[in-house]
Amino acid sequence: MSSEFVKVFELIISASLINNFVFTRFLGLCIFFGVSRRMETAIGMSITFTSVMMISSGLSWLVFNYVLVPWDITFLKIIIFIGIVAGFVQASDTIMRKISPVLYHKLGIYLALISTNCIILAVPLINAGERYSFIESISFAFGSGIGFALALIIMASIRERLELADVPKPFRGTPIAFIVTGLIALAFAGFSGLIKI
Amino acid sequence: MIQKKINYYEVIKNGIFKENTIFKLALSLCPSIAVTNNLRNGVLMGTAVLFVQVMVNITISLMRHFIHPRIRLPIFMLVISGWVTITDMSMAAFAPEAYKQMGLYIQLIVAFASILARAEMFASKNRFIPSMFDGIGMGLGFLFALSLISFFRELLGKGSLWGYQIINAKPLLIFILPAGGFIAVGILMGIFNWIYGKYENKSY
Repeated sequence: MSSEFVKVFELIISASLINNFVFTRFLGLCIFFGVSRRMETAIGMSITFTSVMMISSGLSWLVFNYVLVPWDITFLKIIIFIGIVAGFVQASDTIMRKISPVLYHKLGIYLALISTNCIILAVPLINAGERYSFIESISFAFGSGIGFALALIIMASIRERLELADVPKPFRGTPIAFIVTGLIALAFAGFSGLIKI
Repeated sequence: MIQKKINYYEVIKNGIFKENTIFKLALSLCPSIAVTNNLRNGVLMGTAVLFVQVMVNITISLMRHFIHPRIRLPIFMLVISGWVTITDMSMAAFAPEAYKQMGLYIQLIVAFASILARAEMFASKNRFIPSMFDGIGMGLGFLFALSLISFFRELLGKGSLWGYQIINAKPLLIFILPAGGFIAVGILMGIFNWIYGKYENKSY
């Protein structure tokens, strides 16, 4: 039991810090640059994103291991996973609007954006490729969500300052954000080798 | 149906310069850093995207009269993921070396906003031939951006091009590292904006 717990802990740390999706695997960059302009939107996005990702990767794990593997149709995994994610996002959009309009008013716009995020598709694909167990899949999704939230919040706090800085005109907006991200990624490279899996 | 005269040269130029997916729209950025640490991978990835973009545009524009507008997004996603699966499997069969390094990113072409956006904005409203040219233009723009980025990263980071050693000096290792990818894209994007601004006589 204790070794299981250690494995889960290692997975969370490695997914959030060492193999941070934004800084070392370069996924979810469209959302990352789109949403990190203001702190408020960054926080809203991270909360929505982490919860959606945990549930959808759990669902994908169930479908992959109980439908795709027994029927030997794993080559369809891309189509099935994108279907699950899009369907789940659409469903939670509808349910949230009915059950809690206040929450929907706050987080609804992020839900629509999530289905274009590569990370939400990459996590089930990696889970399937690495043959993680159910608990491991969920904790990997949780770790990735935390990592993405960390990246968003760091970036948002830098970009709020960057608005006031005197940047050369062609570099304003996305180009300077890219260079800043590169510098943060350089710092995150220091985490490599913290845990070996 | 109203026949509009469409200038194909303009459509392609629009895809490469004015609405360049990476430099101007800042969409589909994930592979622009992940696979561009050598020229060969960059060109392969660009070609894969070009293929998917053209085929998706053709399919959608042929099917546009049968798709009910209310369920168009799921249908588009299905068409895209079908073509991506085909690309994925043929890459795995014909280029196993490169596929090992960039397999995940090929599968993630599904989540590209730019392909969905072109299907929605252009292919679902236009006839077959213009949609094909629009796909070629957008795909070429993406290929152009990826080749440019990977050209500079491989030249500066390894001193080689397409695997052949060219410069025999000590390379700048940072451009091969993930962090250097972000910096390279940022600088190239700025330069692209600057040149484009001069070209358009904007006040850059």
